[in-house]
Amino acid sequence: MDFQAGFFYLFSAVLLFAAFRVVTARNPVHAVLFLMLAFSQAAALWLLLKAEFLGITLVLVYLGAVMVLFLFVVMMLDIRLDGDRWGFWQNLPLAALLGALVAVEIIAVVWAGFPTINMDKAAPVAADYSNTRELGILLYTEYLYPIQVAAVILLVAMIAAIALTLRQRKDSKAINPGDQVRVKAADRLTVLAVPATAKATTDKAADEVKA
Amino acid sequence: MSTLTLGHFLSVGAILFALSVVGIFLNRKNLIVLLMAIELMLLAVNMNFVAFSHYLGDMHGQVFVFFILTVAAAESAIGLAILVLLFRNRASISVEELNALKG
Repeated sequence: MDFQAGFFYLFSAVLLFAAFRVVTARNPVHAVLFLMLAFSQAAALWLLLKAEFLGITLVLVYLGAVMVLFLFVVMMLDIRLDGDRWGFWQNLPLAALLGALVAVEIIAVVWAGFPTINMDKAAPVAADYSNTRELGILLYTEYLYPIQVAAVILLVAMIAAIALTLRQRKDSKAINPGDQVRVKAADRLTVLAVPATAKATTDKAADEVKA
Repeated sequence: MSTLTLGHFLSVGAILFALSVVGIFLNRKNLIVLLMAIELMLLAVNMNFVAFSHYLGDMHGQVFVFFILTVAAAESAIGLAILVLLFRNRASISVEELNALKG
């Protein structure tokens, strides 16, 4: 077993263990932390596959942004942890059976289905090969239109997330600036024509009525 | 040269995918763990794409992984926003209590 294979088995073992803990952890915060571990191991595996740009993107974008978003939401929601393991053991036999079935099927197809490229060496590359450079050239020439569509998808996601979670507080005393600007003097101030001298009101008559 | 083959990486992807299928079955009461299981599934698919891209010497697979990452980020952002909204209205994120749309 050579150097790369050793690292492959190390990263794969930690990745699969972390994925297992994600789906079985009781505490959602632990699940998110194990998910972060899983993504970091996947990034390391992608580095073994010489996909440096994607590996670093996975660390920066996924561990740095998306997982932190998950962590924020999990910590904000105050999820109750019910005592009786939420039907875990009832679902386990069916889940394990289906999971084993899926894994065996995919692995059987993979090992039997790709005999021509199941070789032990990768496609040869030039000595000054740069993964990031190649990916950038492809992205900004052949995939220029799709990358703009992806940008619009991100914009839509941003607007949707803000629009969904934005709410007006009922007890807010903030003033609407538009209404403020639209106010005219006549709405606020009324000049009443008050005569300079007025006859005294008939206090005596009022007293007589009371009496 | 390395003794690693394409099958090694594809097997890791397959086991990862199966684990996340198991997770979807096990965590029926916790929508947020369901979202995490979907993220793991996308990771398994991305693993396959990168492995094929490396062993076939074809960069287009990695471009596709790039787009999957974009869509996955958008999906988790909107999913978490819906989750926050749901928790605000129902004070629960259990999938089994989401029956308001039952006909």
